[in-house]
Amino acid sequence: MRAIGSVSRIIERSMTLAAASVLLASCGEGVLDPQGPVGKAERVILYNATAIMLAVVVPVILLTAVFAYWFRADNTRAKYLPDWEYSGSIEMIVWSIPALVILFLGGIAWVGSHELDPPKTIESAIAPVDVEVISLDWKWLFIYPAEGIASLNRLVVPAGVPLRFRLTSASVMNSFFVPQLGSQIYTMPGMTTRLNLQADRAGSYSGLSAQFSGEGFSDMRFELLAVPADQFETWAKTVKTRGSALNAAAFATLVRPSKADRPETYAYVAPDLFEAVSSGRVVEDSSSHLEK
Amino acid sequence: MLGKLTWAAIPFDQPIVMIASGTVGLAIVGLLGLITVKGWWPYLWREWITSVDHKRIGVMYVLLALVMLVRGFADAIMMRSQLALAAGGAQGFLPPEHYNQIFSAHGTIMIFFVAMPFVVGLMNFALPLQLGVRDVAFPVLNSVSFWLTAAGVLLVNMSLVVGEFARTGWLAYPPLSEIAYSPGVGVDYYLWSLQISGLGTLLSGINLTTTILKLRAPGMGYTRMPIFCWTALASNLLIVAAFPILTATFAMLLLDRYLDFHFFTNDAGGNPMMYINLIWAWGHPEVYILILPAFGVFSEVVATFSGKPLFGYRSMVLATMVICVLSFMVWLHHFFTMGAGANVNAFFGIMTMIIAVPTGVKVFNWLFTLYGGRIRFTVPVYWALGFMVTFVIGGMTGVLMAIPPADFVLHNSLFLVAHFHNVAIGGVVFGVLAGYTYWFPKAFGFTLDERLGKAIFWCWFIGFYLAFMPLYVLGLMGATRRMQHYPEMGWQPLMLVALVGAVLIFFGIALTVVQLVVSIRTRDQRRDLTGDPWNGRTLEWSIPSPPPPWNFGLLPQVEGTDVYWAMKQVSSGTRSNAAGDAYQPIHMPRNNPTGFFVAFFAVVLGFALIWHIWWMAIAGLLGEVTVGLVQAWRTNGEIEISAEEIAMAEKALVAREVAA
Repeated sequence: MRAIGSVSRIIERSMTLAAASVLLASCGEGVLDPQGPVGKAERVILYNATAIMLAVVVPVILLTAVFAYWFRADNTRAKYLPDWEYSGSIEMIVWSIPALVILFLGGIAWVGSHELDPPKTIESAIAPVDVEVISLDWKWLFIYPAEGIASLNRLVVPAGVPLRFRLTSASVMNSFFVPQLGSQIYTMPGMTTRLNLQADRAGSYSGLSAQFSGEGFSDMRFELLAVPADQFETWAKTVKTRGSALNAAAFATLVRPSKADRPETYAYVAPDLFEAVSSGRVVEDSSSHLEK
Repeated sequence: MLGKLTWAAIPFDQPIVMIASGTVGLAIVGLLGLITVKGWWPYLWREWITSVDHKRIGVMYVLLALVMLVRGFADAIMMRSQLALAAGGAQGFLPPEHYNQIFSAHGTIMIFFVAMPFVVGLMNFALPLQLGVRDVAFPVLNSVSFWLTAAGVLLVNMSLVVGEFARTGWLAYPPLSEIAYSPGVGVDYYLWSLQISGLGTLLSGINLTTTILKLRAPGMGYTRMPIFCWTALASNLLIVAAFPILTATFAMLLLDRYLDFHFFTNDAGGNPMMYINLIWAWGHPEVYILILPAFGVFSEVVATFSGKPLFGYRSMVLATMVICVLSFMVWLHHFFTMGAGANVNAFFGIMTMIIAVPTGVKVFNWLFTLYGGRIRFTVPVYWALGFMVTFVIGGMTGVLMAIPPADFVLHNSLFLVAHFHNVAIGGVVFGVLAGYTYWFPKAFGFTLDERLGKAIFWCWFIGFYLAFMPLYVLGLMGATRRMQHYPEMGWQPLMLVALVGAVLIFFGIALTVVQLVVSIRTRDQRRDLTGDPWNGRTLEWSIPSPPPPWNFGLLPQVEGTDVYWAMKQVSSGTRSNAAGDAYQPIHMPRNNPTGFFVAFFAVVLGFALIWHIWWMAIAGLLGEVTVGLVQAWRTNGEIEISAEEIAMAEKALVAREVAA
């Protein structure tokens, strides 16, 4: 039964490979290297849930290999039970094991859903910074309502400060996602979603759209630059004194499809721009832009 | 005159498309030429195209699925090559407008035109045989179902040469799929081909559900049905319940696109979220429509080759029906990131996890079917064991993503792509290939080459792990699905490993063709003269391979599960008419070209609607009405096979068996 031997060898090898690659990944950027409270809590859930399930999955894989090997037709030492088809106690156990696992995981899911609900604000002594996010074809616009400024394709935030996002889309659906900070959320035309994140430390984290949105989708990358709080103030002041205004005309230009735009800042934003977009008012004027 | 259709619709400027479609075109012309030269048309028309025999229709479904597997895989290997190249600043060889069509076509084809016809084909072939009956409830409708599926296939393939395919992903989420963002014919090709084939699937679901509920051999109560029939019942009930949702959803999107309605548009009160809810209200049951019959195949295979009855039959039936019901209560887990409240997310997350309970029970029951068995390591057993180790990993990552906060970081990532391929390949593909190998001798009277079968298994098995384990890791590194290029050079090595895996799977597919050719050429060495090559347990093995058109000369009397196994315990298992019962004349449905003509006019109608050629659409519609009227007024739908003819045929078969 060389074949069976090679099955188990290959399984063993692929498991080692998978384990090695996971270790490799955890060193790099990504959701296993979180830099904020939301991402960290989600990593704990990933690890716990995986560990609970592996406690069942690994024995099942091993038992499959063992049973298949031992009860092979030419093994004369294995006993043959041609009519054995029912055992109440085994049935009891096979329904109970998955049920117990799911009881555990269900608890994790219920508590986790509530604690990490995207609209839930992050508890902190520091007041949160508000950011309004508008996805466009194919770029990201970040509006800072308190400062009255905006930034295109680069999200500058203070490190260690809770971030309170409101998100919408001026075009098709996208998903706002910074893997190292945690939760993503859809941006949808005519609707507003909410999300709370925080970058614990200063650094540059890559952000992207995780929902396919058309031709320029792959270039919907942005940099989330977390800077010390005082530097954020300075940055906001600098933006305020430099750069152009994001008025209706400038926004109409932005709505036109374009790919891989360079980051840009705006010294002034019409205060109701986000409301207008999220209620569908601006979108109506621009939704037919591809028909030409 | 020709609506939107002009010469510009043919992509002369795209060498890959032109070469591919040119080659396929030449192959088709060559094949048709060969058939004409050899004079095979009358045979094909009589024995296959107009056949209403469930076995023939089942075989044609499977053949269609295998052909489309090649097409779907061609898309897959192009995607993997593109992503292996397009790292850093590189753009690869496929620009976004082409790449986006490829992944949309890959998903659409693999689900609708590979997995569905394969599963429906196996059910078509095996169900009546396992139930001990002579055909499905509505044989002509069965042929119509098949040909409508084939019509959808034809339209999808036409989009490669004439026009374009959707660039929206395989579920065509609005507003991206609305006319404002997808003004071309791609989404229309998508919608009409799926409307046409979806109608075929719905009719097939009604047909098979009726067959199981109303046509079983005398004595075969529900709890005596083979487990594959139970999984097929669950699957077809889901088809009947879910496919109308798909049709209605697509109909609304079509109204948006053609008549300026606003169901899902950004403006005028439209709501794209409604589409996403509706499409997944179909989409999640669809997952179980595909996997449940695969579970059924594995149950049959594990029991047969262990030489034991399935462990915990009643548990298995219960688990199947629990999955069937629960599958309708979990659709929201496909979009936890839409921003529904915590209670809603948690509810759907927990409902999703609950499905893991009956699924886990099934795995354990297969395990205990192996226990105490005398396992013969045939090719179907390889698939079954490969499935058991692979599927539990896919199930684990699935439950992981059912936890909403975990999904918030894994949603739409390559981790998700790896997960659903883990269950789709490790579950559905392994299952249908096991079923293909298992029932092949029943359909054709000889077994498939064993050594090549094992080679195919290893290509798929190792290829799967190489292709998709890296994707799990990439997903955790933050790689999202459907990207055409990426700046991170660090992702490239894993993308290359995934490409190697895809190449290995290619060898698996190529060897499937080789296996078929070799098996046909050397069929005399592997003839199945007894009708029972695997020492089977269920009724299909009690009749000759291939079975006569009427399947059972005398309808079997069923007194328990594993009927044929029980019969073999009391007698030597030969089919001799020991009871001396007199054969009765049998009424069999006549050949009927209705299905073929329905499909022909469906293609005309679909093509005309896609290109806005209104006169042609009217012609197609009139054609359908005419075919319907002709069928409705037909007077002579059946032929009678006399008792003597059946007695003679059965006697000849017994003589052959004794000789063997």
